[in-house]
Amino acid sequence: MIGTILLTIIYVFVALFIVLYITWIERKFAARLHNRVGPYYVGRPHGFLQPFADVLKLLLKEDIVPEQADKKIFNIAPIIVFVGALLTFPVLPVAKNIYISDLSVGLIYFFAVSSLMVFGVFLAGWASNSKYALLSAFRAGAQVVSYEIPLILSALIPVVLAGSLRTNDIVQAQKVPFALYPVFGWVAFIIFVISGLAEENKVPFDVPEAESELVAAYNVEYSGMKFALFYAAEYVHILALSVLGSILFLGGYRGFYPTFGPEWLYQIFWLLFKTFIMLILFLLVRWSFVRIRIDRLIIFSWKYLFPISLINLFLASLWKLLF
Amino acid sequence: MEGNIRVFEPEEEIVLNMGPQHPSTHGVLRLILKLSGEKIVDAKPDIGFLHRGVEKLGETYTYIQFLPMLDRNDYLSATTNEFGYVLAVEKLANIPVPERAQYIRVLFSELSRIASHLVWLGTFCLDLGGALGGGTTIFLYCFREREKILDIFEKMTGSRLHPHLMQIGGVRYDVYPGIEKDLKEILKDVEDKINEYEEMLVNNPVFIDRTKGVGVLPKEVAMEYGCSGPVLRGSGVKFDLRKAVPYSSYDKFDFDVPCFDGGDVFDRFRVRMEEMRQSIKIIRQALDGLPEDPISSQMPVKVKVAIKPPPGEVYVAIESPRGELGYYIYSDGKPVAYRMKIRAPSFSNLSVLPFLLKGHLVADVVAILGSLDPVFGDVDR
Repeated sequence: MIGTILLTIIYVFVALFIVLYITWIERKFAARLHNRVGPYYVGRPHGFLQPFADVLKLLLKEDIVPEQADKKIFNIAPIIVFVGALLTFPVLPVAKNIYISDLSVGLIYFFAVSSLMVFGVFLAGWASNSKYALLSAFRAGAQVVSYEIPLILSALIPVVLAGSLRTNDIVQAQKVPFALYPVFGWVAFIIFVISGLAEENKVPFDVPEAESELVAAYNVEYSGMKFALFYAAEYVHILALSVLGSILFLGGYRGFYPTFGPEWLYQIFWLLFKTFIMLILFLLVRWSFVRIRIDRLIIFSWKYLFPISLINLFLASLWKLLF
Repeated sequence: MEGNIRVFEPEEEIVLNMGPQHPSTHGVLRLILKLSGEKIVDAKPDIGFLHRGVEKLGETYTYIQFLPMLDRNDYLSATTNEFGYVLAVEKLANIPVPERAQYIRVLFSELSRIASHLVWLGTFCLDLGGALGGGTTIFLYCFREREKILDIFEKMTGSRLHPHLMQIGGVRYDVYPGIEKDLKEILKDVEDKINEYEEMLVNNPVFIDRTKGVGVLPKEVAMEYGCSGPVLRGSGVKFDLRKAVPYSSYDKFDFDVPCFDGGDVFDRFRVRMEEMRQSIKIIRQALDGLPEDPISSQMPVKVKVAIKPPPGEVYVAIESPRGELGYYIYSDGKPVAYRMKIRAPSFSNLSVLPFLLKGHLVADVVAILGSLDPVFGDVDR
């Protein structure tokens, strides 16, 4: 029991520390694409302490709640979003024997709690008493209904192949990473990445956030630490999805050359490495594409991703049945 | 209302005030949008937040004193603002302009057009992609190229955004030694980059999806509303004042007028991209054929020295990056204009916005507005 609590605390702190540095990596990565420098001065080399400076700044900012907002819901929404994102981690194993909970319905749990995030976004948009935020809430609702389905259907491919919803079992089943399985493995992985981007509200699928259309959308009325909670939740969610993607499709903590150090250490290394690859994939798309329009976004999901993922699931099931 | 709970009718419309403080309204435009869900039922632009009474200032200050103020009108292409005005005053007062000065004017006017279109391209993509998305990438790329052009302005005149280059009767500064080398390098670079950006965008399915068939402006409507410049040429009307009524020395240059007849956001984009290439062509010709002449028929001006045109009226229009920029001046023989009216292209182009927006989605507002390329200093004056 105490061990689990301790592990949970370590998990949360490590995850938050990684999230802090994802913001730094993203800014550096974007700067590279833009031919600029990015964070530089706070903590040399290369603005390494910039994330901490940002947190400090956000902590010191004034907390403003609009007069006409539904104050209780307004205040609780960022917490729901943040906690929802953080709760996804317990079922993600970082090594064979390092996990908080090896639930038999791990994957279902993951998607159930990660959907909480959109619930919070919707509440924030609704409670802000701003038309921009309200439109964003509508969009968030529409988007999550559309993209949750292809995301889960594509995540079902590894489940079918491994014969288990337990994340650890899925990793163990991957002698060859599922992303490399011809046709249905590739398709599932691509759909997972696309739907993942949409789930994370990242460009080109960031229509609920859409700052060039809806100013800043659901978080337009939020300031200081509450804004930071939304911001942090987004990155926690990116990290969680990147880890999940590497677990489901890239073999998780299974290394290609398992020869160095203690087993748990290289397992953590491989998981982090694969997560980093997923992360860079997300960032590359994010900083290269312009934003898609809300109607096209939903059409894309229902007309293309949904049928393709259904057929893909059928093919994978057939393959499993036959071989 | 029922108790404290407001009951929404299923078809109730939302009135959304987009702007005047909004990241994508290209300045202080307030758009009153009536929305049914995300669909625009009606749109009404509300302007005047940047009104500074520039035309009234033109009737208060002398012809020479007024000239630097025009730089601040359409602040993205200051040189073209001056260009039209000096042409109008010269016509009114019958002042000759040496050929070298005319070439320098054309050269810098075209440079200004490229710089202006680069800002347009960057901000347009920013509108589509958002401040934290793919749009930022091309936005910063475009500004990198624009900075190089502004460097030339700085070397030439000492200032970047408001280079006070023109004077009545010619230009204030001659080209600096070595400008050919600088410009040829920059133009080569800009040309390569424009091709690269166009390739980046037209091969991007999301970009095509957001622009093709969006905000279609039929040719007749464009002409009825008095649209001009790339907006008009994107609707299939091949009208360019540089060709139709060649002013200054434009008749000596060989260039094409790009024109596409789709009338949508994508075609307005293509017109501007092609225009930048044509401007580069003109600049190269101007550099090669720069005549040996004085740079002005007037002495270096001092503000106190007044120009007194004879009584009469004049209207001179030029092709600014946004379209027909016209100056109407009525003189009663005094050193101050009796009446001054500026025909701003952004204003006429913006007036077509309610027509274009109806039936589109909120996300299209930013694409359509961006494709019109309004500058609010130019709209409000």
